[in-house]
Formats: sequence, structure tokens, C-alpha cells
Amino acid sequence: MTIDVEKLRKDFPILRREVHGRPLVYFDNAATSQKPQQVIDALVEYYSTYNANIHRGIHTLAEEATAKYEETRQKTADFIGTPEPGTIVFTRNTTEAINLVAYSWARKTLKPGDEIVFSVMEHHSNIVPWQMIAKETGATLRFLDIDDEGQLLWDEIERTIGERTKLVSIIHMSNVLGTINDVRRIADLAHKHGALVLVDGAQSVPHLPVNVQELDCDFFAFSAHKMLGPTGVGVLYARRELLESMDPFLGGGEMIRRVRLEESTWNDVPWKFEAGTPNIGDVCAFGATLDYLSELGMENVREHEMSITRAAIRRLSAIPDLTIYGPESVQARGGVVTFNVGDVHPHDLGTVLDSYGVAIRAGHHCAQPLMQRLGVVATARASFYVYNKDEELDTLVEGIEAAARLFRAPAATRA
Amino acid sequence: MPQPLPEPEFDELYRELILDHYRNPRHHEPIEGADIVAEGYNPLCGDELELRLNFDNGTIKDISLNGRGCSISQASGSMLTDAAIGKPTAEVERLAGMFTRMLTEPDGEAPAELGDLEALQGVAKFPVRVKCATLAWHTLEDALKQRKNGGHAVRHEE
Repeated sequence: MTIDVEKLRKDFPILRREVHGRPLVYFDNAATSQKPQQVIDALVEYYSTYNANIHRGIHTLAEEATAKYEETRQKTADFIGTPEPGTIVFTRNTTEAINLVAYSWARKTLKPGDEIVFSVMEHHSNIVPWQMIAKETGATLRFLDIDDEGQLLWDEIERTIGERTKLVSIIHMSNVLGTINDVRRIADLAHKHGALVLVDGAQSVPHLPVNVQELDCDFFAFSAHKMLGPTGVGVLYARRELLESMDPFLGGGEMIRRVRLEESTWNDVPWKFEAGTPNIGDVCAFGATLDYLSELGMENVREHEMSITRAAIRRLSAIPDLTIYGPESVQARGGVVTFNVGDVHPHDLGTVLDSYGVAIRAGHHCAQPLMQRLGVVATARASFYVYNKDEELDTLVEGIEAAARLFRAPAATRA
Repeated sequence: MPQPLPEPEFDELYRELILDHYRNPRHHEPIEGADIVAEGYNPLCGDELELRLNFDNGTIKDISLNGRGCSISQASGSMLTDAAIGKPTAEVERLAGMFTRMLTEPDGEAPAELGDLEALQGVAKFPVRVKCATLAWHTLEDALKQRKNGGHAVRHEE
């Protein structure tokens, strides 16, 4: 089914605003997405009609809030293909979900000589926690390289993942290259060697149909704000027996069963990992987000983005001196197009595009090791979502061409 | 009839003088045997530059600056060389302070002493780009401090 973009755009109030007197063209969706009125309304509804703390109040509002919060947990489980809501832990964001695994599982489990494997295309949030854990436990970090198209090298994966591997932590869809990694194949190999697999799904869940059971991963992390939902809500999926065997991440209210002055016992999973009053309002609004995306159908979302990505690659490739990074085929990549135009610095490009009302990302995209691997200091990135339309690419191309004209420097005089 | 869209305005930031310095950077041939070599680096955007300075008593005799980065960072560095060569260090320090204040505490007219550097005043309206313009100047200030301490090399991170 094709998505009726013009109709859908009416759901997003921010798309009506102007930037520098021109209609907003929002192409920074890999950083964060915009929110439909339905999600904004759900947030307002929570604070206007049933705001209460959950899991303890013996009154109607508390019961309503608890029911809505737990209903969202069930919807989240359904959305990523697990029957069991107890495997869903709400965090602040993907970063916190990964850190939860680092502190509650890796820190307790890993020993000197154990290996943690991740790729050069990871976001900083899937690099830095492992560096910290490796320092503390004496575990070793191993890295997976990419080829010139931005794809992982299967030979190298087979050479790197082995008996010493305890964890493979891998990005599902690259926020820079758009590459969609075959995490199922990696999981099969890792499991053969007794290692666990964490998948960073921050870019995949918003844009592709995802089923954690089919991926057969042990941990899966993503954020609501990149999928039309509110900021401040992240999700960690983990196999139930892992969650049960893990110690809590943070201590406090909500996560306990019985507290004495000397010691305490823990609540059941997943509440054991949700210390303190959680982000109730935003979790409830996230429920409306999942309804919205489910109604659209993730297959349709993916199809729409493949179409605009194909058009974007075609249009950008026609600009002289423009380099696109990542896989050529839109089957192998998500709706992220990262590029450079000749000598034009991405920050200059970003500033010129902003004057056209076009929002893109310019810089290192929280992936400095990948920038080094690509041999660039920075890149520009246009990333798409369901509300973007092909006509918006006209403005992007117009702005890029204006920037290229403005900054064209005689090469001989440049240092 | 739909209203025509307004022309995008980036001239205020990218003035012709800035583009000229970016396209044709001044004094970018590295000085051999400099008294001080100072590296400036902005890890956030990857801008980098190398300043080499020669002194004649209390005067900056010569400066070279080469680097890579956005137009603002490179143009600002090129304009710095024009502004500082042949001036007493104390005056250049004062100029550096004035230049930084023009971008971080803008209050109307730029001081006349800044001369051509006034062209970079528009950067003040783009808070994320201010560091691009100040990188070369902060690196220079570190170099001058280093000279007072008797050092020959310094690395500045913006």
C-alpha cells in the first residue's frame, strides 16, 4: 500500500512552519523525528486527565496511569515481535539501554581475555560503554572493518568472532552509511561460539519491520524519539532469563520488593530495572506512537523510504564532485544519504541549506571512528521519514548547488 | 497566485571578503625555522590549523597559517595573518580580545581598530559557528602565552 504523504503530512503540525521565510524541509530524521498530533495529544491527555505515579497508588488515577504504562509495554513487545512484555525495559534512550547491559551484565560477567566485538560503523553509544567496561574488567575489544561500499566483511567476521568472544554488539542500520547489517547471520555465528549479541536498533526500528525473535538477538536497544515518539523514552529488549540473572542497574524505589536497613530484595523483571518514577507521560505517548506506525504498516514505511532514497541518490549523484557514502543498492540501505560536495565543508553546506529552510546534519554524526575509516573529517547527511516527499529534494539540490558555486575554490591556492 | 519564496540569505555570513580569504588564503606557505609552532584543533568539526610565528623583540615579524576546515575557520585564520604581521604582541593580544568579544558579546558596532576583521561580525548570529571563527585567534593567544613562558610549541583545542 502506498502512503498518502500529503494526507499524512497534515498530522505533523511542525511541517506547517517556515524557516527563514521558506517551508521547512526536515531531512534530519536520523537525529530525531517529528511528532504527529496524535502523539502530542496523548501527552497532553496524560497530564490533563490521568497524571499519577504508577504501581503504588490505591486510587483511580494511579490505576489508569499504571494500566496505560503497562499497555504501552505490551504494545512495544508486539511491535518488535516478542510475545512477552516482561522482556521490555523502559530506559531514557538507546544509550542508557546499552549502558544497562554494559553495567548489569558485562561488568559482572567479563574477565581478562574475554572479547567484545563491534564494528567501525558503530555510533559512539555502542563504542564508549564497551571501552569503559574493557578497562574495568580487562576484557579485550575487537573491531569489524567495512569495505568501500560500507558493508561488513564476512570473512573478517568469521575470523574475529570465536571462542573468546563473549559479546558481539552491532548496529542494525548505520546512522551514517545507511547500511543494514545481516544481524541474524552474525547472531547465528556468535551463538555457535557461546557469545551473546546486542543489536543497536536506534535506526532500524523506526524505518523497517523488526522482529527480535527472527533476528535471534539477546539484547536489542532503541529510542522512541527517532520513531515519531517523544524524547526521554528508550527501550531495552532482553531475553527473560538474561534479565532475571542480571543485577539491577540503578537502585531505589520501584525496583525493590522488600527493603531493610541492611539489605533489600529485588522486584520481578522488568521492574527490577526501572528504578524511581519513570517517564510515565512520555511512555504513555509512546503508546500512541506505536499505534500510529502500526496503522501505517512498517512495510509501507520502508517502501516509501526506499522510494525517496532512490530518488535522492539519483538526484545527488548528478551533482558534479558529489560523493555519496554507503551501499549503492537501496535494498541494502535505509533512508540515510551521507555525502560530501568537493571541497565544501559540511558545516558551510549546512548553513547555506538552512537559509533554504532545509535541515540536514553536518559533522561526524557521533561516529568519529567511522569518519576516520572513510578518511574524512566530516560529512553532510540527509535522512528521510514517512512525511518526506520527492519535491522536497528539489530544494535540497538547489541549496547544494548554490553552496558549491559559493565555495568553489581554485584548487591550486588551497593549502 | 502563490507568493514567490524569499531569496535565501547567506550573504550576511558569507561576505565577499570572507570568501576571498577562503579561496585565496594569505601567508599559507609554512615559515621555515619558526620561533613558535602552534596547532589549533576543533574536535567537534575537525577544523585544524598550524600557526608559525617569528618575532623581532616585542613585534610579530612574520606568521604563516595553513590548515583545513570550513570557510569561516580558514578565512578567519587568513585574516589574522594580515592583521597581526608587523604589530607589537601587546597590540595583537588586545586585538584578539576585541575580536573574540565582537563574536561572543556582540553589542552593535565593531571597534574601528578591527578593520577588515569586522567582516566576520555576522558569525555572531550563528552561535554554532562562533568557534570556527575564534579557533585561529585562540591558538594565537596560546602561542603568545607560550612565548612568554619560553616555550616553542603549543597545541590548542577549541
